[in-house]
Amino acid sequence: MAFEGLADRLQSTIKKITGKGKVSEQDVKEMTREVRLALLEADVNFKVVKGLINRIKERAVGQEVMESLTPGQQVIKVVKEELTTLMGGEHSKIAVSDRPPTVIMMVGLQGAGKTTTTGKLANHLRKKHNRSPLLVACDIYRPAAIKQLETLGEQLDMPVFSMGTETSPVDIAGKAIEQAKEQHNDYVIIDTAGRLHVDNELMDELQQIKSVARPDEIFLVVDSMTGQDAVNVAESFNDQLDISGVVLTKLDGDTRGGAALSIKAVTDKPIKFAGMGEKLDELEAFHPERMASRILGMGDVLSLIEKAQTNVDEKQAKQLEEKMRTMSFTFDDFLEQMGQVKNMGPLDDLMAMIPGANKMKGLKNAQLDEKQLVHVEAIIQSMTKKERQEPGIMNASRKKRIAKGSGTSVSQVNRLLKQFEEMKKMMKQMTNIQKGKKGKGMNFPFM
Amino acid sequence: MSFMKKLKNRFKQDEETEEVSSKYKEGMKKTRNSFSGRINDLIARYRKVDEDFFEELEEVLISADVGVMTVMDLIDELTMEVKRQNIKDTKEVKDVISEKLVEIYYGDDDEHVEELNIQENQLSVILVVGVNGVGKTTSIGKLAHQLKRQGKHVVLAAGDTFRAGAIEQLEVWGERANVDVVKQSAGSDPAAVIFDGIKAAKSRNADVLICDTAGRLQNKVNLMNELSKVKRVIEREVPGAPHEVLLVLDATTGQNALNQAKTFSEATNVSGIVLTKLDGTAKGGIVLAIRNELHIPVKYVGLGEQVEDLQEFNAHAFVYGLFADMLEDE
Ligand SMILES: Nc1nc2c(ncn2[C@@H]2O[C@H](COP(=O)(O)OP(=O)(O)O)[C@@H](O)[C@H]2O)c(=O)[nH]1
Ligand SMILES: [Mg+2]
Repeated sequence: MAFEGLADRLQSTIKKITGKGKVSEQDVKEMTREVRLALLEADVNFKVVKGLINRIKERAVGQEVMESLTPGQQVIKVVKEELTTLMGGEHSKIAVSDRPPTVIMMVGLQGAGKTTTTGKLANHLRKKHNRSPLLVACDIYRPAAIKQLETLGEQLDMPVFSMGTETSPVDIAGKAIEQAKEQHNDYVIIDTAGRLHVDNELMDELQQIKSVARPDEIFLVVDSMTGQDAVNVAESFNDQLDISGVVLTKLDGDTRGGAALSIKAVTDKPIKFAGMGEKLDELEAFHPERMASRILGMGDVLSLIEKAQTNVDEKQAKQLEEKMRTMSFTFDDFLEQMGQVKNMGPLDDLMAMIPGANKMKGLKNAQLDEKQLVHVEAIIQSMTKKERQEPGIMNASRKKRIAKGSGTSVSQVNRLLKQFEEMKKMMKQMTNIQKGKKGKGMNFPFM
Repeated sequence: MSFMKKLKNRFKQDEETEEVSSKYKEGMKKTRNSFSGRINDLIARYRKVDEDFFEELEEVLISADVGVMTVMDLIDELTMEVKRQNIKDTKEVKDVISEKLVEIYYGDDDEHVEELNIQENQLSVILVVGVNGVGKTTSIGKLAHQLKRQGKHVVLAAGDTFRAGAIEQLEVWGERANVDVVKQSAGSDPAAVIFDGIKAAKSRNADVLICDTAGRLQNKVNLMNELSKVKRVIEREVPGAPHEVLLVLDATTGQNALNQAKTFSEATNVSGIVLTKLDGTAKGGIVLAIRNELHIPVKYVGLGEQVEDLQEFNAHAFVYGLFADMLEDE
């Protein structure tokens, strides 16, 4: 029951509206209630949710939603836009100091993933930026923490600076930077011990390290599974250290990751990277847009696409992408695409790939969607060749004929046409987002 | 007997028998002493049990990571109950709130399953599982220390062969608790390490073997299968084992903890939870839903990084803690 996506949540409300034709304020109220629950279930902090809901409500009672033929999708669109705005753009740049070494300091709660992320960042700096970092073991408290960093250093074949557990982390940091200068390491990454944001003594230690090391970046490392407390943690660390960015870890799990939104809201600092696995090359630039969909339980659609790629004929996919970009995508392509979706296997398998969609729920949805798929198929098949190529020529009598031919209603035909147009726009956007990536666009034209 | 009375008696008893150790009491004391006072404050502020009252209650519980649906259901039930009993005065509603909350935790379950299942005169095996970084190894160190102090002969098995430095970390805890650690080199098959651990525990006539495992996210099917395999080895080698499968949860975790509990249970049939990092500001309210839906009791709570910072779980004190913030702001 838990972890329903926003689309699922809105489905019953949408059903009520469909057929009634007009959206009432009461409908909007019900929809925003569902939005609220979806966000809370995704672990977005309740105060952040409050602000978001107010803005969404304002827009939703306006024409944008109430006069739309597809109010459910309009609500989702509005919500997604608000979330995306709040999440901000992509920022995966790392500072470069004029006077090397550039110093990066890693901070966060216990068990967030600082040490692993230190190794990943170092790897990233070498691979993508051709840098030679020095790793610094300043966690003198957790048993074998130094050993952990040293092992990572060995795996990466990179130097690790440590002075055991008897020297203060402040001194270690200072000495490490001296050594980096001597040995021409252009980056220094300081791994600090995990600590509670309310531990004054240890927070003070971080401030001291900061004043000695004068870092160019302070990354707060946060576990993406964090719940409501994320705001307190992020606010505290930011207030005391003025962090420069956030790394969100363990995003390869199935958490919705609402913490991302909370953190951004309270710190207004960019989330720069996402940890996507335990291996040292599993660090990615953080994609705020994808995160917004994920929080809403609409799956990480783009990642899903990347996974599905293996099942899509390469040449066809290329053509499709071209069509999507130039918006010359037709209903024929639509049909073909649906066929490919079917080829990828049962929908519930695909659903299972969507983070948070638990299997049982996915199964239920899949049946529902597959039924809708049949309608969509019937409608398209009732179109003439010309209509499929140029949906623009559609008029009332054509629509009536199609509805009759497919055993559906004119409003269903209208909805599909409208969805189709929206989808084309979205596809264009998606192909833009993916520019530079090898991903092939592919979308699911139903909801 | 009203819930509040029951609670009072319980604490009195606890204090007399020193069942609640001083550390736990310390952490919860502030809350406990002023709890009724705070409820009274709230009641004074909200003379009427109205929408505002329920809204604040809802927010307090949600901010403690009590599941959204759990909270909504609770609020619905409370609203009904208030109507049914025709309660207008907030004074009367406090018992109902507390009662319902504890009811959610226990459901129809037996209240007394929190104790660790340790067999007499026979090797008991404890398997410790959970996602990355929640505090498995640390909790094992603390638990080993506690059992050792109770006079048990404890052996640890270094089943996390994956994370860098994990074996060395457990070895340090073995030294702190003064117990033996069975290990192989990094990268070896965890099932083989656990097998070795069982053999060593048997030959040394140990009372308890605690098996550490590598952290894993519950959606990694291969890693979950690996864990099931470890459990099967234990089942095969020691009749009736594992006697406990402890899932370690970080109190900072939000709703995903429910997924963790579900999936780890499917793979290893979890018998109890260790809720760590309660010394922070997170409340770990999700264990309410976990107990209610999956009937898995919390057995221990972690309250710090020192060897002493592990305490037995006290449901009533915990439920109190969830409310603590409700009036703290005032
Ligand atoms: N504050 C606090 N930190 C804890 C607690 N339990 C574990 N930790 C810390 O959490 C981090 C991860 O613990 P570890 O035992 O290595 O987790 P594992 O990966 O699950 O074995 C370490 O820094 C521990 O010191 C607790 O109850 N409170
Ligand atoms: Mg461990």
